[in-house]
Amino acid sequence: MGANREGRLSGAASQPKLRVRDATKVYSTRSGDLLAIDSCSLDIRAGEIVSIVGPSGCGKTTLLWSMSGLHKLTSGQVLLDGVPVDGPSPEIGMVFQDANLLPWRNLDANINFPFEIKGTKPDRAWIDDLLQRVGLGGFGGRFPRELSGGMQQRAALVRALSFKPSVLLMDEPFGALDAFTREEMNQMVEEIWLDTRTTIVLITHSIEEAIFLSDRIVVMSARPGRVASIHEVPFPRPRSLEIMATREVFDLTNTIKMEIIGEQQSRYARPSSAQPAQPSV
Amino acid sequence: MSETDAIPEFKRGGTTGEVGISGGMSALAAGPGIRSLREVLAIVLVAVVIIGGTELLLNLFQVPQYVLPKPSEIAVALVTDFHLILPHLGHTLVELLSGFAIGATIGLILAAVITQFPFAEKIITPYILLLVTTPMLALVPLLILRFGFGYEPRIIAVALASGPMVMINAATGFRRVDSGKIALARSYGASTLQIFWKVRAPMALPMIFVGLMVGSIFGLLTAVGAEMVGGGFGLGNRLTSYSSMIQMPQFFAVVLILSLLGILIYVLFFLLGKKFASWEA
Repeated sequence: MGANREGRLSGAASQPKLRVRDATKVYSTRSGDLLAIDSCSLDIRAGEIVSIVGPSGCGKTTLLWSMSGLHKLTSGQVLLDGVPVDGPSPEIGMVFQDANLLPWRNLDANINFPFEIKGTKPDRAWIDDLLQRVGLGGFGGRFPRELSGGMQQRAALVRALSFKPSVLLMDEPFGALDAFTREEMNQMVEEIWLDTRTTIVLITHSIEEAIFLSDRIVVMSARPGRVASIHEVPFPRPRSLEIMATREVFDLTNTIKMEIIGEQQSRYARPSSAQPAQPSV
Repeated sequence: MSETDAIPEFKRGGTTGEVGISGGMSALAAGPGIRSLREVLAIVLVAVVIIGGTELLLNLFQVPQYVLPKPSEIAVALVTDFHLILPHLGHTLVELLSGFAIGATIGLILAAVITQFPFAEKIITPYILLLVTTPMLALVPLLILRFGFGYEPRIIAVALASGPMVMINAATGFRRVDSGKIALARSYGASTLQIFWKVRAPMALPMIFVGLMVGSIFGLLTAVGAEMVGGGFGLGNRLTSYSSMIQMPQFFAVVLILSLLGILIYVLFFLLGKKFASWEA
């Protein structure tokens, strides 16, 4: 369970599914350049669920968007199955912070959207199965405004999985949902993952969510974001909500929480350390 | 997971007419829909009282016809002289439709193109504003000098009046970029053109309908105004001609036709907007 700073594969039997190497991203803003992430390196094995947590503004989203090919890195590389990612890949599905459904399309047409863009044919049986699984069977004709927030986010999940990506990137997917709906969504993600074994990278603000879902949890430092530590989550699957009340989970939650708080404070501490020391009497 | 969590959130647009098309559209579509026989009766009753009352008052005070003709006289003129007015209605429609078609097409294309280039937009927008705010009727005498008393100056004036209106509203629509939706499309590998047709254009549609509605009404105003300035045909020409001959019932019959034409245009775009852009209710 101990922190593993390198985040490398111990066995190294196969190459990592997704490999981030020295990822650095600088945004040019009006008030100057902003170093969002600095030499991030991270390997993600095929079929594992990895959560990324860290103080807000630490570059989690930047890192995830770089993995998806939506953002270009200033330097460094993202490799998918050993091949550099330099644009959106059909192997990668993305779930965004809000459900991001197109309001002028009904549910069926929304799920059809990726296929229209890609010019491929949807696997109806697979999609219907997914819809059933997330409890959206028979809702195909409904428009997004006719669905609750939870239903919209479930639809977004189905849309992301509809074209069978081998990697699913989720950017705080359930952040806007209430705690109960969120737990329900977490269970659903695990259930689907147990069948598909899709590699999942998840950004979250909820350490509980990270522990419930992940094989490993990556803690990022305050901006500029770096990989501060990586925690293994050893609990067996399928995980039940009951394990969340165990001592081990409590300890792990606490450890990660303290690390994040430490990171946050180090950021506030930084400017003062730059000031000249008080002359001693 | 079950269907129950969604039910309180459903916002079904039930009765007709209650659903405004958009912020901009609902400002134009102020009236609520008709729901029951009682409402229909009330509306008819009010109309009868207003028209009948006018008739009665004009009779009572013996208002001369050249000041204000009675509703019954207008109705008679409308029926008996309709065959004389009809060809002029045709001319006005030709000017309106061709001018509007030209203006709206150019306006839409310009809006779609310049919103893609913010710098070009900054340069062009002041001129478009100038075109919107300058009454195009002012140019009609000049246009007549150049193009004579036929259709041309009127069609050009209609295009000049309606095009900028369509453009400025459509541009507002195209500028409403939802970066999340564009990122979504990009994550599926969408091209710029695909993003335009599948995200930007549908998103702009409600504002485009507002532009078409306002533009066509402006076009009608300008067509009639241009006809009043010069040339021997068109409803505007009838207005000047009938008033110079003090044929007031005929004059008001033409005014009535123009009102109905305006309402028809309004209803047409309202229904189109409701059909294609009601998602933004």
